[in-house]
Amino acid sequence: MANVFAFAEQRGGELRKVALEAVTAARTIADATGGGEVHALLVGAPGIAARAAALGAHGADVVHVAEHAAFANANPEAAAALAAAVLKQANARSAVFAASAEGRDLAPRVAAKLGVGLASDVTEISASGDSIQVKHPTHTGKVIATIALTGNPAIVAIRPNVFAPKPNARAGRVETAAPPLDPAASRVVVREMRGGGKAKLDLSEAPVIVSGGRGLKAAENFKLVEDLAAAFGNAAVGATRAVTDDGWRPHSDQIGQTGRVVSPELYVAVGISGAIQHLAGMRTSRTIVAINKDKEAPIFKLADYGIVGDVFEILPPLIEAVRAARAHKG
Amino acid sequence: MKIAVCIKRVPVMDVKFRIAADGKSIDETGLKFDVNDFDLWAVEAALQLKEKTGEGEVVVFSLGPDAVQEQIRKALSMGVDRGVHLKADRVGGDPLSIARALTAELKATQWDVIFFGKVAIDSADQSVGPMVAELLGLPCVSAISSLEIASGRGTAKRELESASEIVEFPLPVVLTVDEGLNKERLPSLKGIMAAKKKPLESKPAQIDGGTLNIVRMELPPERAAGRIIGEGAAAVPELIRLLQTEAKVL
Repeated sequence: MANVFAFAEQRGGELRKVALEAVTAARTIADATGGGEVHALLVGAPGIAARAAALGAHGADVVHVAEHAAFANANPEAAAALAAAVLKQANARSAVFAASAEGRDLAPRVAAKLGVGLASDVTEISASGDSIQVKHPTHTGKVIATIALTGNPAIVAIRPNVFAPKPNARAGRVETAAPPLDPAASRVVVREMRGGGKAKLDLSEAPVIVSGGRGLKAAENFKLVEDLAAAFGNAAVGATRAVTDDGWRPHSDQIGQTGRVVSPELYVAVGISGAIQHLAGMRTSRTIVAINKDKEAPIFKLADYGIVGDVFEILPPLIEAVRAARAHKG
Repeated sequence: MKIAVCIKRVPVMDVKFRIAADGKSIDETGLKFDVNDFDLWAVEAALQLKEKTGEGEVVVFSLGPDAVQEQIRKALSMGVDRGVHLKADRVGGDPLSIARALTAELKATQWDVIFFGKVAIDSADQSVGPMVAELLGLPCVSAISSLEIASGRGTAKRELESASEIVEFPLPVVLTVDEGLNKERLPSLKGIMAAKKKPLESKPAQIDGGTLNIVRMELPPERAAGRIIGEGAAAVPELIRLLQTEAKVL
């Protein structure tokens, strides 16, 4: 019987979707390796313990909670030391983090503390008996590596939006976790958080992404992309590197080889020719729509549904049609 | 100020990769190589920091076979003072093994800042920088997109999902560099000539087997060939129909 650790990310006192994904993946590993316990770790400002129940509802047997004012924002030094301690105390044979901005900062520190490797940006886990293998896209998604983890614990960081959260009611017994390092004494301190309100759907969580490229001709024309995203209702806005380099959109919106890698249910590419660097960030989207004036654009080789034509002529009726379809659906 | 930068030789990505005969590595025949994109930004950050403080040394480190000296020379031609090649013919798939080999070399010097690129675009682990920080017991800020350093302390910005954080830290520190921090300079002709005379030391690296074994590499399944459904605004109703009935996403 092998216990599994899961790190549950929160921001601003709310669980992130990746927290439920991590617990769900941990539950799957635990069930496949003999039915051990899932031990989640939740750190945050005082009051965060109220979020433990949702982790129990997604498969956590035990939720270790550390509340401290210095855990309100990310505090990787103290959190890594605490995660390593909880992992050991829970006798965890494996551990799941999210391959998010926070998780990709935290998980390598924990792995180094415990003297084991880290399989990062994992898109598939197969566990049985004492063995864990994962899939990890490399070379900008053009190659898939299958990796066997032989360390104890076996630590993975899972790609957001791949392991769908599954309700699976367990006890979710809350235990207070004592940080081995004083969270107020960390050398690296987050002084300020900007943005991140709940209103904005993030690229890594959005079921639909509407993305714009140079074909939009000017920054102000991104309004069309935003309007189409708003019409879908569950969409985030992305951009190509050309657009973020020109300052039309922030770098954090960039999808591609050096930006974000996304795999939404629907990806709508507006005025994007499909440079190889961009395709690297969105090629695993389930359905791809492309609208571009050049019928030879590489994006059409990938698009399930392509429309050749002027984005300024096509987007206004498309926005209306999507709105109408959603209203009709109620 | 003493500044280290760790860089990686990676394939240029605009090709269709082939899997080697062993089934668990890339066939490198015919591939072109360059310095990892993020590592170029790390080199640039180091050079700007040295230029701003007006003194000190920037040293670049790279782990791998003899071929990595080509990438070290590129960094030297951008203005880095000297290079260290940590020679290892097989590096393997465990970022902790790589971090340990780098740490064994880096720990001999009291660095003020050790820079890494945020992620290597080939192995895509994004782990070695924070691991080295942990092994050296240094503070670490990863994936920075802005940087100010003055009087032994620094401030950096980190991009999160739909948010960012402003982070303060003391020196010495390990920093990993995201896109957006800077644009790397191109080597000048003078820089390229000067680089040929700069010191490049090669020494064997100690690299252990690690706890991650690549058992297989394969190409992802091909997507079905693309389909153009129509031209202009007239194609909108058909698109809506397909999104509703075929893709079932609307």
